[in-house]
Amino acid sequence: MRALDLDYMLGLVPVILGYVPLTLFMAAVAMLCALVLASLLAVERVIRVPGLDWLVVLFISFFRGTPLLVQLFLFYYGLPQVLSFLTQINGVTAAIMGLTLHFSAYMAEAIRAAITGVDRSQWEAAQSIGMTQAQMMRRIVLPQAGRIAAPTLVNYFIDMIKGTSLAFTLGVTEMMGATQKEASGSFLYFEAFLVVAILYWIIVEVLSQGQKQLETHLNKAYAR
Amino acid sequence: MISIRGLTKRFGSTAVLDGIDLDIAEGERVVVIGPSGTGKSTLLRCLNFLDRPDAGTIAIGDVSVDVARATKRDILALRRATAFVFQNYALFANKTAKENIMEALVTVQGRPREEAERRAREVLAETGLAEKADSYPAALSGGQQQRVGIGRAMAIGAELMLFDEPTSALDPEWVGEVLDLMRRVAAQRQTMLIVTHEMQFAREIADRVIFMEGGRIVEQGPPGQVLEAPHDARLRRFLRRVA
Repeated sequence: MRALDLDYMLGLVPVILGYVPLTLFMAAVAMLCALVLASLLAVERVIRVPGLDWLVVLFISFFRGTPLLVQLFLFYYGLPQVLSFLTQINGVTAAIMGLTLHFSAYMAEAIRAAITGVDRSQWEAAQSIGMTQAQMMRRIVLPQAGRIAAPTLVNYFIDMIKGTSLAFTLGVTEMMGATQKEASGSFLYFEAFLVVAILYWIIVEVLSQGQKQLETHLNKAYAR
Repeated sequence: MISIRGLTKRFGSTAVLDGIDLDIAEGERVVVIGPSGTGKSTLLRCLNFLDRPDAGTIAIGDVSVDVARATKRDILALRRATAFVFQNYALFANKTAKENIMEALVTVQGRPREEAERRAREVLAETGLAEKADSYPAALSGGQQQRVGIGRAMAIGAELMLFDEPTSALDPEWVGEVLDLMRRVAAQRQTMLIVTHEMQFAREIADRVIFMEGGRIVEQGPPGQVLEAPHDARLRRFLRRVA
């Protein structure tokens, strides 16, 4: 057993930190897109639009039922062979698309469950004042469902940040890709991957602190 | 002027509303009494399409709807012509007292926020809750929540206000303040249709009392007549029980 090359590790930290913005960018964009898509899917699952319901069920089933890595390869390497306009798609875009579709399927189920958890009286009050279904969902039901679903959704966001590491398989140099390159130059694989692991860990820990504050904020209206 | 003809609602094979005919004049205050399970609440909920009636016509102001053929647009129009006060208050839990009142004005009526906020503050002052404008429902007592609920309905300026047992879920200590507020609404000659078990209150503010049983209107008239000199044997039995 050899000693850890601490100097090498310390030197690697700023290099990998330089790729944190790209990792967070991919995760943040994918999260925003997934939230919108998942909300639409969840609302559809609750109100069941005839002719659309089976499609949504199929979508959720497929994207929950297949591995994220397989989906990413399908989009990045596979689809351009059948859809020629996709030949220009770059790795970052493909990764964001893949993460969006994959996680929206999971998040849709969490949001659907949260919507059905919103008290019936809230729906009736919204209907009684003459709101349209869209107004009721947007102004009353979804905000309350959001509070119920928040802890679960933050968990998915954390998963998503870690999931961006798969983008390196599409040739994207993000945190994981940069580490891989560094390690293959120095052959200090253990040090390199330990550094990147710790950096991911720190990012997730910081977010977990943010999660507590978010929950306090969301519960503000419900404090007695 | 409100005109209801042949309003019918079935749950399975039982007719909860069995062809209700009812006219209410502008400014009239009508109290509906009767044993539980006789369709009083269903009548109110059907006027607002919270429960979808099966047959009949409903005309409220300029809105006239054949319920069997009601479109989405008809239903929204009917709901916008009425204001509903719920037994369980049903305030929007994610909105403050002020925002609860503003919601219909801004989102449904499309009024500017500043105007809606002014109106909300006026209404809160009328309900005696001016200092609770920024409180969320969870921080209010049952009585305060119901007063906001009534304020929310008042602000809409609806043709008809519907009260579905507004004091039944309240602790006894809060009933008085809610009835006081309803007396003030009644004094403004707002058209009201009220389901309640508060007989003294009915005697005091009603222009007309309706006794319902088995999904039908069995007897109706001025409170002095219906409550003091009832004809129908079922009404007499009911009044003996609640007295």
